[in-house]
Amino acid sequence: MTRPVASSKRSTRLVRIIGVVAVVSLAATVWLGLWVTPPDKTQGQLVRLVYIHPPIAWVALYLAFGTAALGSVLWLWPRTRSRFWDRLAASAMEVGVVFTALTLVTGAIWGRPTWGVWWAWDARLTSTALLLVLQLGYLALRRVPGDADARARRCAVGAVIAGVDVPIVHFSVDWWKTLHQGATVLNPDLTPTIHGIMAWTLLLGFVALTLVFVWMLMVRYRIQVLSEVLEGAELEMALHERWAEGAPPDGHGATDAGPVAVVDEETPAQVGSRARGEQPAELVP
Amino acid sequence: MWRDALLVAGKDLRIEMRSRVVLNQVAPFAIVVLALFAFALGPDRAPMVQGAAGLFWVAVLFAAVLATQRSFALEANDGTRDGLRLSGLDPAGIFLGKAAAVAVQLIVLEVLLTGGVVLLYGAHVRSYGSVVAACAAGTAGLAAVGTLYGALAAGVRVRETLLPFLLLPVVAPVLLAGTRAWQAALGTGPGGDTADPWLSLLLVFAAVYLALGVVIFGSLQESG
Repeated sequence: MTRPVASSKRSTRLVRIIGVVAVVSLAATVWLGLWVTPPDKTQGQLVRLVYIHPPIAWVALYLAFGTAALGSVLWLWPRTRSRFWDRLAASAMEVGVVFTALTLVTGAIWGRPTWGVWWAWDARLTSTALLLVLQLGYLALRRVPGDADARARRCAVGAVIAGVDVPIVHFSVDWWKTLHQGATVLNPDLTPTIHGIMAWTLLLGFVALTLVFVWMLMVRYRIQVLSEVLEGAELEMALHERWAEGAPPDGHGATDAGPVAVVDEETPAQVGSRARGEQPAELVP
Repeated sequence: MWRDALLVAGKDLRIEMRSRVVLNQVAPFAIVVLALFAFALGPDRAPMVQGAAGLFWVAVLFAAVLATQRSFALEANDGTRDGLRLSGLDPAGIFLGKAAAVAVQLIVLEVLLTGGVVLLYGAHVRSYGSVVAACAAGTAGLAAVGTLYGALAAGVRVRETLLPFLLLPVVAPVLLAGTRAWQAALGTGPGGDTADPWLSLLLVFAAVYLALGVVIFGSLQESG
């Protein structure tokens, strides 16, 4: 059996290094954000969400979705078609779902004290929620059983259809809201000009969450590779076991083949007898 | 490409003419949906008139899901998929043909639903031009996305549940824009609203997905 490519030593070390740097920078962001930076004049302590919420949204809306769309397009393009792009797109989409959900959650946590509601049908919230549903659709498509190539094709096409929709959703929801009422509830007041330590903390937040995304992406990619290897190995094992049942009887016959990963209603004995070209009746002792 | 599209659309519409599945099942379903909305909103006319535009488009979206499913159920039996693939027809033509057949069926449904909205909800159409334009552009977009997703889900065992989940979020802009265009045409929207920006949005949506389908449908037909 071939060893999975991604488990080579160098890439393991790289994943580990990125993971450590991500954790350290995230911890530094938390420390700066919660203890070092001062509270805001208007928003008070609430402003501390600014170090987390925009970076998460950046990862979810641009980095993850962009990577997934890029991977899907490159898989569809016959010249660059390789399993790598399919796995990359799937991993990015799955990690992206986590970040999109976190964007909505942190947004809601921020919205409750500032606007008094958990949820408002604001343009940005609505389009982010739609994005989450589109991403979940991709994951559902991913779960459909079938062979790897057909799945890759379906998912790539699905991602492109959904990806094309994202700007349209964005604009239509924007218009829907802005044409509806003169001024939106959520003016982008939330990103006032910030200075000094606050700006640096925000920047560090962006770096930290980007690193977290990259690390999660790499780990998810490796899990993908490993699960594919495992799937192949299980199939091979099941095949070997069945072949073993079909081998010429060596005194025990096919009846004590033991537990086998048999999917149909057929018993292993029946399969074995069929493989030998016997009639089932002959197997009865 | 155009000749192939005509052939495929003709085939689908002929099957529909003979089996009458959409006419006998999907059309009554859409009317039932309208009636259910009326039950949900109560016997008062005012909220129904107010919501008529949105309810019409929601009913159209549901009907579009069913029409798409039907369109690809036709291909599921008797090895039609392989037959189509082996026929040497241009994939872009197949896409346009299937989308056109779905669109024709949806237009018929929309005429019925418009009648339903006017009769049952008491909506008053002020500008027929906007209504017709919104239906035409919105239907083209719905049919294009529906055909793409229908083909995507065609070979899949869980397609009945998968298709609505994939299709409805993607066509959300059609619902938004179609509703606003209709509100402008019915005079139930916010004051001073015109249908024009929404019509152009519907047109852009339709153009984008028709173009995408022409480009990408071939790779859906490859195998599997």
